[in-house]
Amino acid sequence: MTEETTVTEETQDVAHPMDDLLRMDRMPHIWCPTCGLGTVVTALALALGKSGIPLDDIAVVSGIGCTGRVAGYIKVDSFHTTHGRAIPFATGLHLANPKLKVIVVSGDGDLIAIGGNHFIHAARRNVDITVICVNNFIYAMTGGQVAPTTPLTANASTMPYGNFEPPFNIPHLADSCGAAYVARWSSLHVRRMTTAFAEAIATPGFSLVEVVTPCSTLYARRNRLGTGLDLLKFYHDNCEIQHGADTRSLNIDFQGKITLGKFIERPRPTFLDRLDNWYGQVFGDKYEPYVGDRK
Amino acid sequence: MPQDLPSPPESTKSKYWRKPLDADTVKVPHGELHIIVNRCKGCRFCVEYCPRDVLEMAEDFNVKGYHYPLVKDEVACVNCQLCEMLCPEFAIFCTQTEDEEEGGGEDEG
Repeated sequence: MTEETTVTEETQDVAHPMDDLLRMDRMPHIWCPTCGLGTVVTALALALGKSGIPLDDIAVVSGIGCTGRVAGYIKVDSFHTTHGRAIPFATGLHLANPKLKVIVVSGDGDLIAIGGNHFIHAARRNVDITVICVNNFIYAMTGGQVAPTTPLTANASTMPYGNFEPPFNIPHLADSCGAAYVARWSSLHVRRMTTAFAEAIATPGFSLVEVVTPCSTLYARRNRLGTGLDLLKFYHDNCEIQHGADTRSLNIDFQGKITLGKFIERPRPTFLDRLDNWYGQVFGDKYEPYVGDRK
Repeated sequence: MPQDLPSPPESTKSKYWRKPLDADTVKVPHGELHIIVNRCKGCRFCVEYCPRDVLEMAEDFNVKGYHYPLVKDEVACVNCQLCEMLCPEFAIFCTQTEDEEEGGGEDEG
């Protein structure tokens, strides 16, 4: 027979290594061709495997949007919350069971716009959760509306003459609010992204990894940038890795240089550390350290 | 990347710039590619970013109507698994093949 059929038959003997970590009954996923979100899921699964944490002790929380679907596809305890409320839900999970490693995977519109306040307060309190913010510069699922991360002059369906609102610089926002770990990678830099996820999960406190991801159908098409593959090529040529760079310098201009790297790694007392420490001081021996619902 | 740095010409993309000194002692791993044709959405990430140019796009379509990758040069795969990590559709993966007796780097010279 032809070569293709032999290839197909061959693959049926060996399952894809990701199949164990995905809810295969929901595949194929809804993400467009050349979207980078599948890559992010692979990197997250590899990082979870690398971290050695039992899968029963991991929870993934997502908000709404294209990235919000991650919680539905990854086969660990996961929850798809309402718009913008992934971080408060994750905070609740973490406080109810502090042993749980809670990972929030959501988009820029969900975490930084609608959930912006939750984001800054979780960073301020240094709640021990990991936040993966997938930044595709636009509200993709709802039709390409302008997001608080859309670069200046980029076109969006609600900014048909180009965006005039200055965007958020997500690493700087997290840094200035007191996050313990801040990194930014693109979906092309898979291995570094995997390492960053593993480091972020291992870091106590609020850790943020921003992942710059191509949106082919809305951002790239509206701005005539080609497909997601062309955006990956753009990241390949225009990303600069600068570990420890000043987070104030990390603005992303429309089709300008993107600075990637690990910017902040500073352990700070987490929310629960401070709680135990303070009530220990106030109540002395009468205070029992907080262990959550599950003893 | 600064403009003044020379970039390698396209033809040397997957070849050594110079022959490594320990080329005859290092064992080059070899991978076997598995492609789940009907999951593919034809994004070309694997074809474009394979460091050894192992893959090419097929002329045919899969069930969904997309062109899918085919193995062009089976011997060249070194099991780096970059295609597996980049693939957004979980449609390609790589397994290490056992019993390697080659001297390393021989296929590239």
